[in-house]
Amino acid sequence: MSTDLFPKMAQSIIDGDSDAAVALARQAVESGLDPLEAISKGFVVGVNTVGEAFAKGDAFLPELVMAGEAMKAAIAVLEPEMQKRDMTRTMLGKVVLATVEGDIHEIGKTLVGTMLSASGFQVYDLGVDVPSAKILAKVKEVDADIVGLSALLTTTMVKQKEVIDVLDKEGLRRKVKVMVGGAPVTHDWVQKIEADGYSEDAIGAVTIAKQLVGAA
Amino acid sequence: MPTPIKSITNPKLRLEVLTPEEIRKIHEATLWIIEHAGVRFPSKRALDIWQSFGASVDAGKSIVRAKGRIIEEALEQAPAAYTLCARDPSQDLPLDGNHVFVGTDGCGVEVLDIETGARRTSSLRDVSDIARIADATAEIGFHWVPVSAQDMPPETRGLHEVKAIWENSSKHVQTESIYNEREARVAIEMAAVLAGGGEALRKRPLLSLMQCTAPPLGQDGGSLDAALLAAEAGIPTGFMTMAACLTTGPATLAGNLAVGNAEVIAATALLQLAYPGAPVFYAAAQTASDLRSGAYTGGGPEDFLFGAAQNALADFYNIPLSMGSFATGAKEPNWQAGVENSLSTFMACVAMSDMLLGVGLLHGSRIWSYAQMMMDCEIFSIIHKTMQGIVVDDETLALDTIAAVGPGGNFLTQKHTLKHMRDVFLPQFMDRRPYNEWEAKKDDARDWALAKARKTLAGHQPDPLDRKLSAEMARIIKSIEEGNK
Repeated sequence: MSTDLFPKMAQSIIDGDSDAAVALARQAVESGLDPLEAISKGFVVGVNTVGEAFAKGDAFLPELVMAGEAMKAAIAVLEPEMQKRDMTRTMLGKVVLATVEGDIHEIGKTLVGTMLSASGFQVYDLGVDVPSAKILAKVKEVDADIVGLSALLTTTMVKQKEVIDVLDKEGLRRKVKVMVGGAPVTHDWVQKIEADGYSEDAIGAVTIAKQLVGAA
Repeated sequence: MPTPIKSITNPKLRLEVLTPEEIRKIHEATLWIIEHAGVRFPSKRALDIWQSFGASVDAGKSIVRAKGRIIEEALEQAPAAYTLCARDPSQDLPLDGNHVFVGTDGCGVEVLDIETGARRTSSLRDVSDIARIADATAEIGFHWVPVSAQDMPPETRGLHEVKAIWENSSKHVQTESIYNEREARVAIEMAAVLAGGGEALRKRPLLSLMQCTAPPLGQDGGSLDAALLAAEAGIPTGFMTMAACLTTGPATLAGNLAVGNAEVIAATALLQLAYPGAPVFYAAAQTASDLRSGAYTGGGPEDFLFGAAQNALADFYNIPLSMGSFATGAKEPNWQAGVENSLSTFMACVAMSDMLLGVGLLHGSRIWSYAQMMMDCEIFSIIHKTMQGIVVDDETLALDTIAAVGPGGNFLTQKHTLKHMRDVFLPQFMDRRPYNEWEAKKDDARDWALAKARKTLAGHQPDPLDRKLSAEMARIIKSIEEGNK
């Protein structure tokens, strides 16, 4: 009976309906369904459907974001159950995201976060105007694979380099890949600061992140 | 002698993009947004001002909710018209609702090199070169900082940029790249050096400031403090919204207009509460985000409509408008750039925006192209001519001449023709040659535009800035840089 939930779960993601996704996740927990199965046979199917439609040009960014949000909401319900059962979801990698110090521009960074978490990354979003030291501390705390740094101003873009320098100083630079983004970020800048990847948009950022962790 | 600045004035074309009733509705929606959703003002100084005028302030979240009455009364204090002054007074720009002036776009981060065509990171030298060409170009009325001087220290970059422009042009400078109190204070000090003191600067503002809002419904703290300082000094200041459908604003045009309007008028009201009568302008470059990537598009029917609609709103508030037109998303000067920049600029012009930003940048205001700069100027010239409309009087009906030629003749030999032929628009960059001439060379507008830019840069000597003033500005910047060490 509980397997009837799978198509509904997928559909809740396709519809971008967080409320429905949460309700179905709760139902799954109550009926004793394996939470990892709920994700892989239910919710992820929806994410993939939207992703494929997007790739074909039949779905648009808001649908992708809403699917990502619904997925996140469902997983938040399933997470405690996974812990209880001592299960862990296989993630593609851990990403610490931030808009650098002195810069308050948020939307691009947040969009990248949503896309990455919908694609199977564990995302730690530190918000905006984040000092390099705080980014470093989070990288250490969660043992991050990737750091994503956003900046919209040429005057704050220099902080992307500062974070790279700090990682270098701490001996973490080889271990942690650095992605940068934001309107003023160019290929030349990426080379100059020796970042590992950049993308002009959130969809491209997912491709880059997958490449960086060897999942592409 | 400086080239007289070309501006659109006494237009014969009109457009009603919004009815008075629709404008009223957007205004009321805007006041509702400011009162109920609120606008974020992350500046202690700004929050204190709002509080003292009776707005509700959530200090923890820096969100201000103000009654419509506070906003409306504040906006009534704003002057309807004033002048942006230039180092050379013959190049002053009256913002009186009857002129459209074009500026250079800003602030790009890369340049297509004027000699090699290679794309590279922008530097202070580029700021100087572009300013020099703009100084000689009739279509350009004032400067924005066209590209970022990335070879200068981030802390004083904005100061080096305005200094470079003043040294290479006698036209008005508006900076969009100074957005903190510290740099604004020094820029105003430098402008005062040029004007001959603070009071002289207040009378003849040689500098104006453009700040960006932080959509949706937010402001940047540094921008607010910089703007308050400018308003105090009598420096014309505007807030620009770039709220975009789908991402930083609703998908619907009216809703996005209301969000952007709330950001702009709330910030403008703040300046008027603090400094009643301070010269302010409305600034906007709204767009719709790309459906697939969410990216800034820099062109599209939505942009064109916003271009006209925001002028209607600025008129409603009776303050000048600075409108983002041009700003194509094209990667090189091409078909897309021509379509987007022509239509956006036409719509902003037909609505009589006071300032248009601006010429020269590609890829959503990121890459400077000298060819695009010159071709954008031609777009403005075409629209300038179109806006003059059709004059109908005895002279232009030319009945005597028509009778003299009669059926089957031609008008080439008529004195009336000789007298009026120069009224006919002659493009610089349109290919009207015979096919075989084109075939032999296969060159086009981009080549001619670039050649013109090169020739101007090589040959134009701007009215030199007094060396003492230049040295004084350099000293001021240096003292800041040394203080930072």
